[in-house]
Amino acid sequence: MQPVDFQDHRHDVRIGYAADFAGPLLDPERPPPAFIAGPNGKAAKKRYAVYRNNVTVSLINALAATFPATLRITGVDFFRAMARFHVRATPPTSPLLFEYGYDFPDFIERYEYAGSMPWLADVARIERAWLDAYHAADAAPLPPQALASIPPAHLADTILTPHPATRIVRSRYPAVTIFAANRVGGPVTPIEASEPEDALVTRPGMEVVVRRLPPGGAVFLTRLLAGEPLAAAAEAALTDDSEFDLSANIAGMIEAGVFNDIRGGG
Amino acid sequence: MSTKSTVSATILAGAVATALASFASAGPMTEAEAAAAMDAGKEKCYGVSLAGMNDCAAGPGTTCQGTSTVDFQGNAWALVQGGTCASIKVPGDRAGSLEPLTRDVPS
Repeated sequence: MQPVDFQDHRHDVRIGYAADFAGPLLDPERPPPAFIAGPNGKAAKKRYAVYRNNVTVSLINALAATFPATLRITGVDFFRAMARFHVRATPPTSPLLFEYGYDFPDFIERYEYAGSMPWLADVARIERAWLDAYHAADAAPLPPQALASIPPAHLADTILTPHPATRIVRSRYPAVTIFAANRVGGPVTPIEASEPEDALVTRPGMEVVVRRLPPGGAVFLTRLLAGEPLAAAAEAALTDDSEFDLSANIAGMIEAGVFNDIRGGG
Repeated sequence: MSTKSTVSATILAGAVATALASFASAGPMTEAEAAAAMDAGKEKCYGVSLAGMNDCAAGPGTTCQGTSTVDFQGNAWALVQGGTCASIKVPGDRAGSLEPLTRDVPS
């Protein structure tokens, strides 16, 4: 352990102090930093444990706030135990708590006690996407008239600019139905859905909206969001699912506010 | 665009026109209102509303609020509590759906 000179306010020393102090916070097996001492030079194990507890609990609380449907499904005890494992394995890399939890869905997928709920990770992915959309930059969605103004001959090559809030979460499970049933209060009625469901998350105004995409819709929008032209995206969607309904998907993407501008083409 | 494309310019133009037509008949419930209702935990549930009582409907012919003409019309939707749609049973062993249905659609 490097001795710390408290009179020295050079930046690297202060960063070093914080790093040395924070190091064992999320690992209860490690002893407190050697330079931490109580009054009269006594050991400060209990005092350090207060920090350790506060940091861990605040991160678990952050995950609980970001993933309320996941918490509701698992119950509080299960969720907090699962979150504690994740917090210790994957500490935040950003000081902003709303940016924490991107790795949590993958952790849930690997978490052995959640193995009986294979759809839980996808529900969590929708919740993480919801928060992304909530904090995304404000932008007016593409008005229907904008598409009407494109000459028909140029439609095939039209490329659209994604709205900053748009997210797509694909699931092999009825994740959207399970998300919707658990994201609100009140009693949960039996869920009879068993089909795979793809979620579209948008925020055309101030409110985040989660929709279920129709067949082929996820492929269609994923291609468009990646900057592919309209005809190529429609082709890919038809190849993915022969039930793909082009006009319904175009109406849906405008209504949902998936895009905010026409970037080019023609 | 290459000529081997199966999604021709004509098909695209038709699809866009059909899509835009669905916005031309804005009913008493605006898109923002529908979205706000969905955000509040409601979902569009097809095939469960009584004739003339739908919140809105998609498709040519019957395009908006209060325009469904038969009970439990498959392409008309009502807003229901999120997650409950598929569990809504209507007479005749029929149930609600998050997707438009082909049953009970007037010709």
